[in-house]
Amino acid sequence: MTHDSTALLEGDDRAPVVSLRGVSLSYGSNVVLRDVDLDFAPGRITALLGANGAGKSTLIKALSGANPRYAGSISVAGTEVALTSPTVARLHGISAVHQKVADGIVPGLTVAENVLLDNLAGARGVMRSRRRDLAAARRALALLGLDWSDRVLSQDARDLRISDAQLVTLARALRHTPRLLILDEPTSALTSAEADRLFDVLRALRADGLAIVYVSHRFGEIEALADSVVVLRDGTVQSHSPRPFEWNGILHDMLGRATELAQKREHVHRGGTVVAEVQGVPLFPEARPLSLTIRGGEVLGVLGLIGAGKSELAEVLGGLARPAGGSLTLNGAPYAPRRPGDAIAAGVVLVPEDRQRQAILPGWSITQTVSVPFLTESSRWGTLRRDLETDRAAAVVADLEVVTESVQTSTDDLSGGNQQKVIVGRWLSANPRLAVLDEPFRGVDIAARRGIGAHLNTLAQSGNAAVVFSSDVDEILEVSDRIVVLVAGEVALDGYADTLDRATIVTAFIGADTTPERTTA
Amino acid sequence: MSRTPPGNTTVVDRIRGGALDTVSAGIVRWGFVAVTVLLIGFFALTEPNFRTADNMFGMLKFIAPTAIAGLGVMLAMTVGGIDLSVGASAGFAVSIAAWTMVVGNQVGGVAVGVVLVGGALIGALNALLIVVARIPDLLATLTTMFVIVGLKLLIVDGKSISSQMTLADGSSAPGRFTPDFLWLDRGNIGPVPVPVVIFIALTVLLWFVLERTKWGRALYAVGANAEAARLAGIRVLLYRTAAYVGCGLLASVAGLLLAARIGQGDVSAGNSLLLDAMAVSLVGVSVLGMGRPNAWGTALGAVLIAVMVTGFTMIGLPYYAQDFGKGIVLLVALLFSFTFSRKRTVVVAGSMTN
Repeated sequence: MTHDSTALLEGDDRAPVVSLRGVSLSYGSNVVLRDVDLDFAPGRITALLGANGAGKSTLIKALSGANPRYAGSISVAGTEVALTSPTVARLHGISAVHQKVADGIVPGLTVAENVLLDNLAGARGVMRSRRRDLAAARRALALLGLDWSDRVLSQDARDLRISDAQLVTLARALRHTPRLLILDEPTSALTSAEADRLFDVLRALRADGLAIVYVSHRFGEIEALADSVVVLRDGTVQSHSPRPFEWNGILHDMLGRATELAQKREHVHRGGTVVAEVQGVPLFPEARPLSLTIRGGEVLGVLGLIGAGKSELAEVLGGLARPAGGSLTLNGAPYAPRRPGDAIAAGVVLVPEDRQRQAILPGWSITQTVSVPFLTESSRWGTLRRDLETDRAAAVVADLEVVTESVQTSTDDLSGGNQQKVIVGRWLSANPRLAVLDEPFRGVDIAARRGIGAHLNTLAQSGNAAVVFSSDVDEILEVSDRIVVLVAGEVALDGYADTLDRATIVTAFIGADTTPERTTA
Repeated sequence: MSRTPPGNTTVVDRIRGGALDTVSAGIVRWGFVAVTVLLIGFFALTEPNFRTADNMFGMLKFIAPTAIAGLGVMLAMTVGGIDLSVGASAGFAVSIAAWTMVVGNQVGGVAVGVVLVGGALIGALNALLIVVARIPDLLATLTTMFVIVGLKLLIVDGKSISSQMTLADGSSAPGRFTPDFLWLDRGNIGPVPVPVVIFIALTVLLWFVLERTKWGRALYAVGANAEAARLAGIRVLLYRTAAYVGCGLLASVAGLLLAARIGQGDVSAGNSLLLDAMAVSLVGVSVLGMGRPNAWGTALGAVLIAVMVTGFTMIGLPYYAQDFGKGIVLLVALLFSFTFSRKRTVVVAGSMTN
């Protein structure tokens, strides 16, 4: 499977737009990118795959000028360039759209100003003309086939839906007529219909001769979109393979061991005892009351789009928000947590949706991060016992196979997927009665996802309950025994995985199956 | 690496960079301790008076109120806040202690109790404004500062209170600064002056609470990411309240020491304390390279300033050169915290809201 990655792919005789030769990068003593040789051809979409911590983000940072401390050479159209800053990279025709959409949007500025943000940063044009800005923004958005009204363009960008914000950042990247466009998990916040719209745009851009680097954990997207797949593992290029993709080999390259892409649940468990019950709780003001039974012994997957009430339900269960009506029970007794601490004390833990904002403590070590919810358990007479803290952290790191030098490493230095493992692992270490996980697999690689899934299974098999909220059908299919589809705050479908087929679920989910079918190798 | 383009680092550079990182981390960690030791050594060699035990205790005694107020600011900083009212709280404590003893004719112990309750109430007021009314801490404590100063002036009719002073009705005030109160400044425990004992005891106490107990860890968690702390089950509002109340208490302890030192209820006491306390706690963030507010760093920052001020005075520099010196120390400290340190510095001075 491993090709000589420096060689151009057969049938791809076009001169590469961007070439990397011997690109290496390290943080301190930690080498995260090792001698990478890669070529990106015009009119080609190259998918970049790799487990968490494989070096994808670092490679993107080097390419986009965000980390100029790389060794080796990067050439654009045959000429060696020094990518010392994002601005320099843009001048050389390399634009990047980063994973976190929110970071690319400046609230308080209008949508049009956000599209033209790079102009505001530049020295030229001190005086702004609103009319000219609107025209320029409209031209930029037209490249994406979008025709937004002046009213939309003049509104505050903070009010944009996340998918539209994604399009704004894309329009901004395309304004510089780049030769290489880098997209880092562009669909992680999009619904499948929105993702499809994005794919159409990307195909059109490819036809215009743009080289695109596409980072994603979603194999279905890559199968639908990419012309070739580059696999990174431990900072080195494992393979660069053209279509048709041989997924088993790709997964092997990615994870260093044989893994099946589609994992059929061997045994769909049916839970017994009722752990928690939601009775007549409206998830948002105009929604009808929702009732749902959560049983021990099964993993419940709740599938819903953004706005379907997933996070609202997760927050009610986790004690973050009080239900607007109705009631909850836990183990048959009334359950009305007033704050997260009450929920935790009752044995209900919540892995929140937004890891950076809701779980990570900047600068804190793995041990300290793991320990935060368990300060009382880890202390005697109020004095913390380092040994107990370290034991718990070491167990979490071992259980979820967190890639780290030690438990004292700062979580800032971990990749996103490993951060997520630390957060999930710390909550599972509480042996919860009910574990609620809101979008736990966002930005998490397939191996980590399997690992987390297996742990949820174990939790369920000990008679406890696990609820996973996601907007990704495949994620839900993979981890759940029982599947509930949530639409507009109501249960649209409720059944066990072995009695439902994918089409039924997707139909309930969005009305029609518009996601590209997953490829089974 | 012949392919390395100009402007990029080579492998050799990076290895050298690694060594440099180690050196700079060492400087960040021990630089301030080294500077303090060097200064002490320099003054000890050049000034015979400097190296006496009396002077050493004198310096610590002199800086104790500043250091204790600085510990208060440090405590507010652990939850990501700031307290601009520490100077006003200390000044309030000075006048209230004097008023209780002189006008109220009470003994020192009562005065201490009244002052501590007052300090806790000021802290609670700050917490109320910040935690409940959701006013940003910088603005809330600025407001409190004015309110407290004004309240103090109203209580004492805008006058300094001294023992047996003449009151508004022409009579003589019944009380005076009692010896037990003055002991706070003039007493010794063994060879060590009382203010130094209090200073060191509070430093050790805060160090222990912050670094070794679950409550300290929770305070830091609130400061690092309040939302994450809340989701982990920490009572964020409770801890923020506790930090401000603690800060108010420490500021009033600083005020008690000042009152005992001055021996009268000087209305202008405490005015300069805010900036010094702030400087000391900010220096404390960078001392020892911890990158977060901490007790020993704050204490060491105070000692450094004490050494500097005393030494400068002894070698005959004018008093106004001291502020310049403090400014330089603070600048260097901030450079270490924010510019040279590779660690992320967790100080969100005055930008927190709920």
